[in-house]
Amino acid sequence: MKGSVIRNQRAFAAGVLFLAFAVFFFVTALNYPAGTAARMGPGYFPRLLAIVLAVIGLVVTLGAMTSTADRQVLRRWDFKGLAWITGSVVLFGALLFPLGLVGALFVLIMVSSRASHEFTWIGALANAAVLIALCLAVFVYGLGLQLPVWPSLLN
Amino acid sequence: MDLFHNLAIGFATAAQPANLLYAFFGCLLGTLIGVLPGLGPLATIAMLLPITYALPPDAALIMLAGIYYGAQYGGSTTAIVVNLPGESSSVVTTIDGYQMAKQGRAGVALATAAIGSFFAGCVATLALAALAGPLTATALLFGPKEFFALMILGLILASVLSSGPFIEGIGMVVLGMLLSLVGTDLNSGSQRFAFGVPQLFDGLDFVPLAMGIFGFAEIVRNLEQDDKLSLVTQKITNLFPTRDDFRRMVPAMLRGTALGTLLGVLPGGGAVLSSFASYTLEKKLSRHPEQFGKGAIEGVAGPESANNAGAQTSFIPLLTLGVPSNVVMALMVGAMNIHNIHPGPEVMTKNPTLFWGLIASMWVGNLMLLILNLPLVGLWVKLLTIPYRYLFPAIMVFCSIGVYSINSGTFEVYEAAIFCVFGYVLIKLQLPAAPLLLGLVLGPAIEENFRRAMVLSRGDATVLLTSPLSASLLAAAAIAILLIMLPTIRARREQALQE
Repeated sequence: MKGSVIRNQRAFAAGVLFLAFAVFFFVTALNYPAGTAARMGPGYFPRLLAIVLAVIGLVVTLGAMTSTADRQVLRRWDFKGLAWITGSVVLFGALLFPLGLVGALFVLIMVSSRASHEFTWIGALANAAVLIALCLAVFVYGLGLQLPVWPSLLN
Repeated sequence: MDLFHNLAIGFATAAQPANLLYAFFGCLLGTLIGVLPGLGPLATIAMLLPITYALPPDAALIMLAGIYYGAQYGGSTTAIVVNLPGESSSVVTTIDGYQMAKQGRAGVALATAAIGSFFAGCVATLALAALAGPLTATALLFGPKEFFALMILGLILASVLSSGPFIEGIGMVVLGMLLSLVGTDLNSGSQRFAFGVPQLFDGLDFVPLAMGIFGFAEIVRNLEQDDKLSLVTQKITNLFPTRDDFRRMVPAMLRGTALGTLLGVLPGGGAVLSSFASYTLEKKLSRHPEQFGKGAIEGVAGPESANNAGAQTSFIPLLTLGVPSNVVMALMVGAMNIHNIHPGPEVMTKNPTLFWGLIASMWVGNLMLLILNLPLVGLWVKLLTIPYRYLFPAIMVFCSIGVYSINSGTFEVYEAAIFCVFGYVLIKLQLPAAPLLLGLVLGPAIEENFRRAMVLSRGDATVLLTSPLSASLLAAAAIAILLIMLPTIRARREQALQE
């Protein structure tokens, strides 16, 4: 049966994550001089930490495969929700300068609202109108943050 | 008396109209986010950090502190009226608080929570003021190796007290420390893990990281589970506890306050741990343990006092030793750094008005919260009728603008998006994010003190174990690790952290 050695899938994945980061940081740190314990170079402490993390990662990974480990499967992933939320943030960053705050916020609110199961166009549009007005009042006029408000073409 | 003299300086600072206004604003905001489930003080403080840049440092810290302890008040309202923890520290309040509400005693439960919180807040403020002097004096004796040992102890305790397997908590601490190495090495001036990206030369900013993990990824998690709110619809009348209620709640309040004050000081402690511990204690001591879970007033009075006391005393290690004991305190380090204040023993001597002003503002803030919460409780309950589908885009908006305004650049926005994905991976793997953030904040100081200690000892690592102070701190850390390995203690800890 597939995965029968790995009793605790969750812990196994966590251990692998630790190991991956440890290898990445250790290999990158090889480019920096380590120096000696008395005169440490920039590479000394990162290597030390990476080794500690690798040991922890090994213990966690191997612990997930022992015969006494709890049986735990990975939880179901909601890639759609994650994609709507992350995507809306990326779009906000990309559109803030070309479209200005009003346009970027509109896209952010509409796209992120799609992540909800209870999405309705009218609800999201109304929410966008209220939130954009609130942000303009608080951040632009109230706190005076330096934000491009309107599309750059209009300026 | 020095203490009174210092408190007088503090109250003079806290009573300045501008500071009163920011304290009020912080308490109001804290109550608001405390009431709303799914939005915690962590994301809120992270959101507001960049905006505090424009404020004077004392006003900024007074406001941010108000958000943290204000959230403890607000959280109880949701717990009692809706049976949902508005804040993770009011999880236990849902047990008996909601039962009281179902019996038509919502008003009494709310008043108990508010009175308990206020009393605990006053005591914790005094404890903070009294302990600050001696602890700061101790910290001034510390050299690099002692600071190194102290921070290791703090991080280990924080992982011991976080949920999930201990070794995974430690792994997250080390990963956080590795992430903190990104940027310029202060000793040699060379770039580490920056890969030629100029925005990374100053290091990974922890605001986008905190926002991605605790703001955005948390929203994805919340959207996966659709909870239906079950509001207690009856009108909230009769706020006043009866004489019998008072007789039962006062001892619980006293015990909760004492417990919270103690546990708040502990690294990894703070509001959440205090409230759980207090509930367990009250249930053990009660002559009517069978009433717990059925509306026992002690089950509200104890934990609600404890969480507020713990929230406030968790400032002690930060302000005196420079070691943040939980993630909210780690964000306070960031807030102080923005204003070029380095948390630690020097805060008290270099910025006495800020130090004592912050402490005094906590007492003032508690008074404001009492007024904000009791008469206005109906208003807060109304807030709960806002559906989450309107609420979370608002969180998205405030977080995004907050992240952008750190440097007025979009790089941080993308950084937050990346950490949103990373945070979601952590949620799915059930890895605790709090130790990661603590490691990230303490990492540079740990490396610095470690390197200095090694220079002083000419590379002899045994010096950490031969100096009595650092040896005893490291021994305490080792004992904590050994204890957690013992099967009976491990079982009890898991029980306490789950409940």
